[in-house]
Amino acid sequence: MRSYLWYLARRFGQFVLVVFVGINIVFFVTHATPIDPVEQAISSATQFGQSDPRAVEIMRKALRELYGLDGSIWQQYLTFWRRLATGDFGPSLSAFPTSVSTLIGQALPWTAGLLSTSTLVAWCVGNFMGGLAGYYRKNRLLKGLGIVATGLQPIPSYIMSLVVLILFGYLWPILPISGGVEMNIHPGFTFSFLGSVAAHSLLPVLSLALITIGAWFVGMRSLVSNIVAEDYVVYAELAGVDRHKILTSYVMRNALAPQLTGLALSLGGIFNGAIITEVVFGYPGLGTLLVRGVNSGDYSLVLGIASISIIAVATAVFAIDLLYPLLDPRVKVR
Amino acid sequence: MLKVLRDLFRHNREFAAGSILVLIVLGIVVASFFSPYPPLDSYVVPPDIPPSWDHLLGTNSRGQDVFWQVAVAMRNSLLFGISVALISRVIALVIGLVSGYVGGMVDRVLMSINDTFVVIPLFPILTLFYFMMHDHMSWVVLAVAMASLGWPYDARLIRSIALSLRNREFTTQSIFSGMSTRQILMEEHLPYVLPIVFSTTLNNINWSIGLEVTLSVIGLTNIETPTIGTMIYWANQHTAMVAGIWWWVLAPVATVIMMFIGLFLLSVSMNEFIDPRTRLARMGA
Repeated sequence: MRSYLWYLARRFGQFVLVVFVGINIVFFVTHATPIDPVEQAISSATQFGQSDPRAVEIMRKALRELYGLDGSIWQQYLTFWRRLATGDFGPSLSAFPTSVSTLIGQALPWTAGLLSTSTLVAWCVGNFMGGLAGYYRKNRLLKGLGIVATGLQPIPSYIMSLVVLILFGYLWPILPISGGVEMNIHPGFTFSFLGSVAAHSLLPVLSLALITIGAWFVGMRSLVSNIVAEDYVVYAELAGVDRHKILTSYVMRNALAPQLTGLALSLGGIFNGAIITEVVFGYPGLGTLLVRGVNSGDYSLVLGIASISIIAVATAVFAIDLLYPLLDPRVKVR
Repeated sequence: MLKVLRDLFRHNREFAAGSILVLIVLGIVVASFFSPYPPLDSYVVPPDIPPSWDHLLGTNSRGQDVFWQVAVAMRNSLLFGISVALISRVIALVIGLVSGYVGGMVDRVLMSINDTFVVIPLFPILTLFYFMMHDHMSWVVLAVAMASLGWPYDARLIRSIALSLRNREFTTQSIFSGMSTRQILMEEHLPYVLPIVFSTTLNNINWSIGLEVTLSVIGLTNIETPTIGTMIYWANQHTAMVAGIWWWVLAPVATVIMMFIGLFLLSVSMNEFIDPRTRLARMGA
């Protein structure tokens, strides 16, 4: 039990480090670049017509305060952390006076849903098929699947979403290709609402899952084909243990632990893929919001989403770390 | 060397398929130097012509020949990918070799930083970066930014090899013969990790081209430089798919997919070639 707590403490330390380093990168990017977001906002606001210089000065002061750019660099740094801790990124300029945290709060469930569904499906399917392919290496069908998986894996999410969009949006239009839910449907736990949400999520989930299934498939196949050569598996086979039992509880079970670590390590990349896919399908999550923020010059919104993304991914990785001892009991006794 | 390549080509189907795909793309890239039109000029050919013998991949709504556009775009994208991969290789090698060889506290600190960089989602950060830079965003700036974020996976891989090299006899002997740490890393350990570094370079080129395409398509890079990403961006701006000018989108997408799969297959076969166990298994021993 003590070693389990020690494990938890170390993983929590890693979580804190990820948030700390990530937020520092965000601070560095916003403060070391040559462009002042305040001047940028002012120049776009005063682009048309004459402006009273006094009004501009008041606006500049208000924006500096709003963006937390007052005072020395240390004061700004502390303000930055304080805002993050209270979740207060100020109002969004493009959707004034809605606050940035409200906007992010509305978008986050969509991204979380898309990300968790596609990751769960891809991880389970990919690992199961990959395990089979590593164990039954002579099987023609599994070999063919292996070639497809190898081909799918290196394709970036944007290209994959685009291909899926063209296939199911133009060539064989059977599924909705844009938005998160049909217009004019009242949200609630009704059959039509949930059905519409599910239908709209199918294509984004499909394009995300196709890539990651390939990655898990290939990884699991090579893990399993290494484990199959281990002495204990050969012994179990010679002792006449049922082959299905060997595969599921002797081989795959041992290969799942590194695959779960792999999931934790690649979650940042999967998250990137998810928000890009959202942009392609106009899915109402963080990705679409982020691009909207960039296009409308909304500094607080972009800053807020970048910070929240880091915290969200770090939290999800920590949650996966909590699951790890279930698969690898050595963590508890060591 | 040539014999090895020939054997690989014969016995390793991934290597054969990968090198054919990469050679096709390289051929297109080399062809870009013989482009009959300046790559940035528009309205040099009649717009919106479907693929034909005069214009192999058709022409786009900006009056450019799609084939020559793809050629120049692929050249820029590839160059971008290679620069990012080379810069990030230096970081990955330094971190990986030092961490594996020195070990102890240094190793633990470097690896937790490493794992931190693995986890941090890059896309929002790069978007924020573009947001702050806007017109100052150039090809070189983006390459450096991506390279300084794209090293951690491979640093861990290099470390795992360096870790096993540390306990080999020749390392002990080098220490006793008075070589400095820098010398041991550069002269003794570096040659051992180079093959795996080469294979990760191919993957890293893929990764950076993919990210560049993504950022460009959304309009988060300098959209005046022709790359595969900016080409799709302009096609989207002219609503090419809706207007039925599918070749404008299909050509860059197909070319870049060939590149991705080709480089990936090469790196997979390279890994297998480096690992003697899988090489034997493949030959049926």
